[in-house]
Amino acid sequence: MTDHTPDEMMSIAAARALRDGQTCFVGIGLPSTAANLARRGHAPDLVLIYESGCLGAKPDRLPLSIGDGVLAETADAVIGVAEVFNYWLQPGRIDVGFLSAAQLDRFGNINTTVIGDYTDPKVRLPGAGGAPEIAASCREVFIIVRQTPRAFVEKVDFVTSVGHGSGPGDRARLGLRGAGPTLVITDLGILRPDPETFELTLTSVHPGVTLEQVRAATGWDLKVAPELEHTAAPTEPELAALRALKAA
Amino acid sequence: MARIVSLADGIAELVHDGDEVALEGFTHLIPVAAGQEIIRQGRRDLTLVRMTPDIVYDQLIGAGCARKLVFSWGGNPGVGSLHRFRDAVTHAWPVPLELVEHSHAGMANRYVAGASGLPFAILRGYAGTDLPTVTETIKFVTCPFTGERLAAVPALNPDVTVIHAQRADRAGNVQLWGITGMQKEAVLAAKRSLVTVEEVVDELTPVPGGVVLPGWAVTAVAPAPRGAHPSYAHGFYERDNDYYKQWDAISKDRDAFTGWLGDLVGSAR
Repeated sequence: MTDHTPDEMMSIAAARALRDGQTCFVGIGLPSTAANLARRGHAPDLVLIYESGCLGAKPDRLPLSIGDGVLAETADAVIGVAEVFNYWLQPGRIDVGFLSAAQLDRFGNINTTVIGDYTDPKVRLPGAGGAPEIAASCREVFIIVRQTPRAFVEKVDFVTSVGHGSGPGDRARLGLRGAGPTLVITDLGILRPDPETFELTLTSVHPGVTLEQVRAATGWDLKVAPELEHTAAPTEPELAALRALKAA
Repeated sequence: MARIVSLADGIAELVHDGDEVALEGFTHLIPVAAGQEIIRQGRRDLTLVRMTPDIVYDQLIGAGCARKLVFSWGGNPGVGSLHRFRDAVTHAWPVPLELVEHSHAGMANRYVAGASGLPFAILRGYAGTDLPTVTETIKFVTCPFTGERLAAVPALNPDVTVIHAQRADRAGNVQLWGITGMQKEAVLAAKRSLVTVEEVVDELTPVPGGVVLPGWAVTAVAPAPRGAHPSYAHGFYERDNDYYKQWDAISKDRDAFTGWLGDLVGSAR
């Protein structure tokens, strides 16, 4: 087995989930690392879309923000922000929305607004950004987030972006056109919504991680898929590509 | 025709206590020098509007210039939190800060409605989120043609919009390029506008993807070389990522921030 950190496993597992030729609306941070890694590896024609107005960005290094100059310089088109959301996201042209979360609940609802009560918060977080509409309108949503009991909660303190609401049928009732979260990649494993209950269920554990560890890092009674898989360890080329990307 | 003025005169004339002020810029071309001049001139009770309030809004909030913030994402991009913003929200320091919170799509459409002279905009947004429960400027309407339920958000029409651009000519025609965010809409939506520029030139040469704001659509232009620092100006200078990282330590501590503020106010640009 290769020598790697849990964060490296998370980024590599997330990159593997993106398919060549897809269009991907990329959030900054962990999603951007994974999407850029995919584009450098198995998915050279992955189309990266950043909310700053960069369509088809091809950065040679990881951008620090969603509006770095390298994104505009390498993009197929640079457009206004209203255009990104109105013309490109809203009509359902984008395959995958790639998001992160401060809190995530058992139905994949995301909180990036406040911890605690909205009017008297314990922690004020940055807020919604583009996420509510990305989560609503992309054909599907991938979420990448480190798994801890503070982040994986029974119920989010604030629904910033809707996953599967409170269960089956909620997205359709709300008029949300995309399929919502289909995949959650963490530093411990991979979760997918149960096809019937839509509850996030552990479907794969990463190398060296025990089921007990994953349960301890989850703030609800975690369901485990009957055929639990074991994530393939990072290959040497995958690790080399990730490390080169982060060093660039 | 836009008048060419000094930055200090432009802020003195166009930004008043109690105004609704949008200093727009989406990571690129952020009007930092103009924001710091507002701090120097001691404006109070401002309603600050911006999709992505970052360091300069943290500075304005920490300096006590604002009583309200209309926004969609407030953070130090690539670094973390805005500590002055958090301190104002959670501890009302130095003054309480009222929040009006949207998504990017909602804010962008609010500017589009403002620029279009319409009272509101519609979008597929917010459904199922908790944002409509805390933000009064999010409602839902039914499409008269299809019956679809859509979100409605009111136009933004700031008293004044301030942006930074690469250059202007002597008639006040403004040219900006690279990531141009919502600056065009924010200027057209506003009652007054001030554009700071890297340079004033005799003639504007075309640039691919460039946005031109005619001088007759802008109130005033003020030269402010490096006026977007620590953000960047495409074709002029790069983003100063170290400043963003260093701001984290300054803004985390009230005393460090107060020291920084004293230095700023005591200095002329």
